[in-house]
Amino acid sequence: MSILYVTIPLAILLAAAGVWAFVWAARTGQYDDVETPATRAVFDDET
Amino acid sequence: MTALTTAIPVSSRSTDQALCTHCGLVVPRGLIEHGATQQFCCAGCRSAFAIIHSCGLDRYYALRDAAEDAARTDAEPLTVAADRSYEEFDSPTFHSLYVKPSGVGLSTVTLRLAGVHCAACVWLVERLPRLAPPGVIESRLDLMRATVTVVWDPARVTLSRIAETLAAIGYKPHAAREGREREQQVREDREHLVRIGVAGACAGNVMLLATCLYAGLFEGIEPETRLLFRWLSMGITLVALAWPGRVFFKSALAAIRTRTPHLDVPISLALAGGGLWSIYATLFDIGEVYYDSLSVLVFLLLVGRFIQHRQQRRAADAVELLYSVTPGSARRIENGQPSNVPVESLKAGDVVEVRPGESVPADGSVIGPGGTIDLTILTGESRPVKLAQGDQAPAGAVCLGTPIRISVELTGEETRVGRLMRLIQQGAQRKAPVVQLANTLSGLFIFGMLGLGAIAAIVWLFIDPARAIEQGVAILVVTCPCALGLATPLVLTVALGRAARRGMFIKGADVVQSLSKPGTMFLDKTGTLTEGRMSVVEWHGDKSLRSPVAAIESLCVHPIATALTRDLASQTASDDPTFPRVEDFTHTIGGGVEARIGADRYTIGSATFLASRGLRIRIDSAQSAALMAERGLTPVLIAVNGESLATVGIGDRPRSETADVLRSLRSAGWNLAILSGDEVALVRRLADSLGIEEARGRLSPEQKLDAVQTAARSGPVVFVGDGVNDAAALAAATVGIAVKGGAEASLAAADVYLNTPGISSVGTLVDQSRRTMRIIKFTLGASFIYNVIAAGGAIAGFVTPLLAAFIMPLSSLTVLAIAIRSRSFMPEEPSPTPRTHP
Repeated sequence: MSILYVTIPLAILLAAAGVWAFVWAARTGQYDDVETPATRAVFDDET
Repeated sequence: MTALTTAIPVSSRSTDQALCTHCGLVVPRGLIEHGATQQFCCAGCRSAFAIIHSCGLDRYYALRDAAEDAARTDAEPLTVAADRSYEEFDSPTFHSLYVKPSGVGLSTVTLRLAGVHCAACVWLVERLPRLAPPGVIESRLDLMRATVTVVWDPARVTLSRIAETLAAIGYKPHAAREGREREQQVREDREHLVRIGVAGACAGNVMLLATCLYAGLFEGIEPETRLLFRWLSMGITLVALAWPGRVFFKSALAAIRTRTPHLDVPISLALAGGGLWSIYATLFDIGEVYYDSLSVLVFLLLVGRFIQHRQQRRAADAVELLYSVTPGSARRIENGQPSNVPVESLKAGDVVEVRPGESVPADGSVIGPGGTIDLTILTGESRPVKLAQGDQAPAGAVCLGTPIRISVELTGEETRVGRLMRLIQQGAQRKAPVVQLANTLSGLFIFGMLGLGAIAAIVWLFIDPARAIEQGVAILVVTCPCALGLATPLVLTVALGRAARRGMFIKGADVVQSLSKPGTMFLDKTGTLTEGRMSVVEWHGDKSLRSPVAAIESLCVHPIATALTRDLASQTASDDPTFPRVEDFTHTIGGGVEARIGADRYTIGSATFLASRGLRIRIDSAQSAALMAERGLTPVLIAVNGESLATVGIGDRPRSETADVLRSLRSAGWNLAILSGDEVALVRRLADSLGIEEARGRLSPEQKLDAVQTAARSGPVVFVGDGVNDAAALAAATVGIAVKGGAEASLAAADVYLNTPGISSVGTLVDQSRRTMRIIKFTLGASFIYNVIAAGGAIAGFVTPLLAAFIMPLSSLTVLAIAIRSRSFMPEEPSPTPRTHP
């Protein structure tokens, strides 16, 4: 099972990247308003 | 607001009724254009339609109609796109308060909009750069908070023009009085989300590793792999404890320092205890580790808190919107010309004009001919007050009848209202922290379980030393505070959310606990128990005079005249050609009116007014007038051709539902009393008719506050009120309930805001609070019984730590299911459409 010594650190790196991306998104306000952009997309064909 | 009322594209086929193409309201008969495809109820709608049409945005109407079925809620009354200019938006004071520079030469401002409801609103408001004069760069709407952020070029267009455009398309803009506080809130929300994300990622990964370890117990696992997984779990759990979990330790430390019981203390103890043991077990490679329970606990607790926090914020936001909508501008007279300025820029010595229906912006003295004001909101006094030249007009009073001019003396914080607001803040600070039932219970509970764990470990030390620590830990795991910590906030959150959908905005969860047990309830009179406006209560004499009296009084804008017109007329002048034609109308301020209909000469007013005109007052008229005055009504005599023929009693009627609600509150054990600023006799009479023993009248706001504070010493006090005069008492009461139609100050001070007028919702609120507390007690009881059985099993040695780790989440899930399925604050009748946005 020595493959674990490679795959697990790799998995942790990937998870860390995901966490970092989430933290970045939250801190830059991507989640401040989760409702309006959804309706905005509906009208995009207009402009 | 336009997007709310039922709008059916007009069919002018039926000539008796047509609906406005823009707003969907009924078009007054005089304005119906026969044969036209579009009908408008007012010029505002016509121009709004013209603007939308000329910009090629007709799709708005199609979208609105589609969105409508889902979005039909309690519609605000349609206010016509303003004939008012927004020039105060251009003043330097306004700009220094609300406008921020944005990039090169651009400015940005956040405005609250009234009437934002649905997807069509987003579309229309965000097309502002095309609707407004050139210079608007961007317009972004936040649907949840009903705010728009506009970026514009001040060199090309003024903010007032932008505001006028917004008003013209149906969204009246108001300055968003929030600023720094809001930024702070946004930062907090983001950090909370970060913590949840990190805790969730940690919990998920530790769970994966734990699954492998558990599987290894059954299937076999290499010792090195087991060691690796335990060390990895430890690393990730330490991240979860040190980063998102830090909030629990921090607040536990703060609670210990201030010696207040707090749920975070036992939670921190459990986290620290479980963590330390697991680290010890990992380092020396002995026993079981509980990293999965620990990291999941951190995650679930954070999620529970976030949901609860959001719900309270939403209630506060809804109130904040109402708060912002109150006028922030005054009409200052400069060189004889009125101009709109922000209230903040008024100085002593300025002259302001207050028109009927507007509130006085600052304390000052009346100059010019004087007029009538309504002090209801300020003092609770229900009768209009007459002001002569030189009399004091307090800020917050509402002008009636004719416009008055006031020379400003005190502004802002120094006004009587401002001083009251300071009292409110002090009242809020003095409020004792409410110890939440669940907090205390689960705190005690967990201390108990920690002790029990220690006892079990000691007992097993004598029976079988090898299993001592294992059984101790099994107790700690099996009695994890998950269910306790999460179920209570969840039940409360569900309750608060449902309450908000029914128009009851509860600012804090502790309110539910306080309302669940009967105590003392103080009620304000005017506007709370009564309708808060004048109406016709009695009529003695010739009934055929009703219609002509209504016709005459419709020419006058006094509260008594309004009452007579509204309550006596079955139709209004515009719809009825047979409506009497009134001629030679004269109005004497403080006396009455005179007019002629056909050959008959009418005189309507007080007895003294009729006497001063030398008219004959019949004995029966005089007698009924005296009786009415004794009952607290204002008698109005009606004379035709020199002789009094009828007497009307005008007064502030109790609301129809008041008696029923009070009866059910009393039978639930509440001790009821009236505290009012109105005349003692009026208050006494109302109290007698409603069966309330304790009633106090002529109270100043300070006396009301005092009464509440005195009563609060001997038990919880609920105060229900609506005016500025109630605000300090609302803040000082254990629970302050503000009813609809109240002043902004009372909204800010109250713990609960009811979106329905009168006290009908108070009964529901109290009932449902009791029900919610019952559900909480039930979940606490259920989890307690589970815990006792499980702990007993663990002490007896039937439950191993591993089995405990399986049972624990099961119990949590059960309790959570009960919490979510609970029927607190569910409407009894088929539910009104929830206030959601499609």
